[in-house]
Amino acid sequence: MMKDLTNPPIDRIDGRMKVTGGAQYFADFDLPNTAYCVIVGSEIARGSIASLDTKKALGAPGVLGVFTHQNMPPIPGWDAPVGGEADGPAPKPKTEETYRILSSPKILFDGQPIAIVVADTFERATYAASLVKATYTKQPTRTDLHKHVSDGVAPKGAEGGNYLRGKADAYQTAPVTLEANYTIPVEVHNPMELHGILAHWTAANTLMIYAKTQGVNATQQAMAQAFKLDPKNIHVHTEFMGGGFGMGLRTWPQETAVVAIARKINRPLKLVVSRSQMFTLVGHRPYTVQTINMGADRDGKLIGIAHAATAETASYEDFTEATVNMTKFMYACPNVSTRYRLVRLDRSVPIWMRGPGEATGAFALESAMDEMAHKLNLDPIEFRLRNYTETDPEHNRPYSSKHLKEAYQRGAEAIGWKNRKNEPGSVREGDWLIGYGMSTGTFNAFRWEASARILLKADGSLTIQSAVTDIGPGTGTALTMIAHNVLGVPVDRIKVEYGDTSLPKAPTQGGSAIVSAVGSAVYDACTAIKTELAGLALRAGGPLAGQQADELTLADGVLSVEKEPKKKVAVSDLMQANNLTVLDKTKDSKGGPELGKYSMYSFSVHFVQVRVNPQTGVVRVTKAVSVADSGRIVSPKTAASQMIGGVAGGIGMALTEEAIIDHRFGRFVNNNLADYHVAVHADVPAIETIMIDKPDPIINPMGAKGMGEIALIGFAGAVANAVFNATGQRVRDLPITPDKVMQKLA
Amino acid sequence: MNQHEHTGGESASADSSRRSFLKQSSALAALVLTPPTAMAAADQGLDEKMAAAFEQMPLQVNVNGTAHRLSIEPRVTLLDLLREQLHLTGTKKGCDHGQCGACTVHVDGARVNACLTLAMTTEGSTVTTIEGLADGGPTGALHPMQAAFIKHDGFQCGYCTPGQIMSAVACIREGHANSPDEVREYMSGNICRCGAYANIVDAIMDVKKGGAKV
Repeated sequence: MMKDLTNPPIDRIDGRMKVTGGAQYFADFDLPNTAYCVIVGSEIARGSIASLDTKKALGAPGVLGVFTHQNMPPIPGWDAPVGGEADGPAPKPKTEETYRILSSPKILFDGQPIAIVVADTFERATYAASLVKATYTKQPTRTDLHKHVSDGVAPKGAEGGNYLRGKADAYQTAPVTLEANYTIPVEVHNPMELHGILAHWTAANTLMIYAKTQGVNATQQAMAQAFKLDPKNIHVHTEFMGGGFGMGLRTWPQETAVVAIARKINRPLKLVVSRSQMFTLVGHRPYTVQTINMGADRDGKLIGIAHAATAETASYEDFTEATVNMTKFMYACPNVSTRYRLVRLDRSVPIWMRGPGEATGAFALESAMDEMAHKLNLDPIEFRLRNYTETDPEHNRPYSSKHLKEAYQRGAEAIGWKNRKNEPGSVREGDWLIGYGMSTGTFNAFRWEASARILLKADGSLTIQSAVTDIGPGTGTALTMIAHNVLGVPVDRIKVEYGDTSLPKAPTQGGSAIVSAVGSAVYDACTAIKTELAGLALRAGGPLAGQQADELTLADGVLSVEKEPKKKVAVSDLMQANNLTVLDKTKDSKGGPELGKYSMYSFSVHFVQVRVNPQTGVVRVTKAVSVADSGRIVSPKTAASQMIGGVAGGIGMALTEEAIIDHRFGRFVNNNLADYHVAVHADVPAIETIMIDKPDPIINPMGAKGMGEIALIGFAGAVANAVFNATGQRVRDLPITPDKVMQKLA
Repeated sequence: MNQHEHTGGESASADSSRRSFLKQSSALAALVLTPPTAMAAADQGLDEKMAAAFEQMPLQVNVNGTAHRLSIEPRVTLLDLLREQLHLTGTKKGCDHGQCGACTVHVDGARVNACLTLAMTTEGSTVTTIEGLADGGPTGALHPMQAAFIKHDGFQCGYCTPGQIMSAVACIREGHANSPDEVREYMSGNICRCGAYANIVDAIMDVKKGGAKV
């Protein structure tokens, strides 16, 4: 454990690069002779290409090639390129269908690439792409989950099938019961940066890739498999990524195709997809329907919960997520059953989106908790406290740390929970009904394996190296704080090099796990340097000979004896005296077996105040307080930003975000940022963030747990609960748009 | 002021449609082709490729204090001109449809979406991008708005940031930064998916209250 962690709120280390336009994202790299490509998408969702006319496109100015299933260059490792997820490029579960980009005339989803047009400029590629004409043989299209819920299959793997603790039907016998159905629509990550890739074969079997990926090592591995290359010959660079939110957790088929075509045309090739293609080519949060059955006694003790979720996936790949998991361990309930099913539709495959399935599940569970509290005439916080658990009821083991009671209390104070009336619809200000709502969020706290290299120079400067990509949370800033805390090097003397496969291997940025994983590696490598410095100082003839190692402190480049500060030596002098210009340590770090004795989760509580206009159905979030119980906060400033970002995402999830499919055609009708409404400035109020900031004694030396997911998980439920408190009406289908509110109020 | 000249094809008169232009023998003389050869080429669809050589238009525009004499296709947007030809990649493409604000730049002092601005319409104009906002250049002093974004952590991934900053500067210059709510309204064309809005509003109000010249 890091005993002397100090965490002043330092500015983001890459701030200057970001405010001056100096930060280079993949599409900003300028390689001589770069060609541009544009993807032509299918206009049907199911069937096959009957004819494809590329002649006009080939004749258009500047066109270097038009690639279709008829002339796509071979990709030798086609059976492997779907890999690249956070936990490694494992083969996907087999379904009846397979999808290999531009490999056959078969169409499995709307927008599926049918041609990639390559030209010497972006404008020319775009124009030529408009000249590609296809005709199709259509087949009946299945895209509406509601119509096909009964086709659900239990997926393979940890998230598939059923879970049971106690009796599955115990809720039915409870004095107070609840049954409710909840719907989450398709939501789309829509990071501001468009997806794409810049691929350059620098030699016959040597590849340079500028990618939009959350993990350069994962992209390297996926391309190595696809092209049967030694990973050492593939260099992937993603120092800056313009947001991911999960869409960069895998290597997408079009990335592999661009790499193959770049090899064929023997030029660097850049793909930047259109915003509408962001809806079909890089995943989405799956449409999910859920049913919660809940039973409680009249004292507010839960007797049973049954949680069933059915989510869409593609016909060609099973995508699973942990939608029902929170229900298994969140409350002290003796009887819990969960059921998770997938329905394979004619849609492109989903991918984890911030908070992923846990956010979907938390909306249902925490809405149901609010509904039950109302039935019991209990304050929703009091109801949760009556079912609070200090140990994990799913695994019968302690939590590594849990300070959720304190989080409830501090959040309630900050939002002014005492102003909330338990009787819904009872507070009005002018034209507006006022309501308060809250919800809990939780997500696994992981300790993945990672490595990092630390270079401490005799001039007092320090460099941190790790392949990890910073997609926005402030990874580099957090790593700087950790190195600063261990070695006492001032933060302005610390440089972080990251986002490149030439650096020590790190996991994909996802799962709120990076500070824990890479931070631990930085901690371990810094500690090794500290130990070496102490050894040099303490050895016979050394400047601090005769002292004890555990009495030494290291701050501002000076090693001293804690209780006798006059006994000291400057690190630079110590290194020079030993003819050292640099101390260089690389450490692999992973948790020990003791981690398995605990359940490790981060927790959050979200509080909101909403105004609902009963004349228009408009809902406005007017106050938001988010409390994080995520262990020790390593970098307070960037951590607070993550939390406010979760609120903005949560407001979108709760009130506006919905990708709407016209099921006659299996196609989105609002696949752009004018019609798919993410939260904008006007939707987001001032936000208060509260950090419990108590170290987790188990998970890693910093005591830090993750917070990227918990910032969002539960927020939509808090809004739905506040809308109920304001109006007495319960909206169970997200987003809570004015039409739904008006329908309820009518 | 620097003079930069970019070579491209000769400019053609704007009213020449592609095919009628190609079929004028006087123009074709420049290609050392006899008219019958050219006509045969047109029949084979090669006219598109030949026409391309004539589809460049002259453009004079000042970008960040540098006068450029360019020759560009008329369909090129200001955004793609900045990024792909002038290599000013600080201005970002987020939607290419004027829906997200990531490409916000100043044209003659007014904020515009560079993706919705055909580059040809900036003839004779002065364009300022994020790279040209601060007097001190990339390593010198920051513009007060850039400094405020760092101070208030008004970004996460940083991709929308150049557009937010250009828009924020214009928001104050326009007189639309008199309250947090007014800022939220007048900044709503700039989407931040990371959700740094609260900090961005703080940064803008801080600059406004500080009274520094923006």
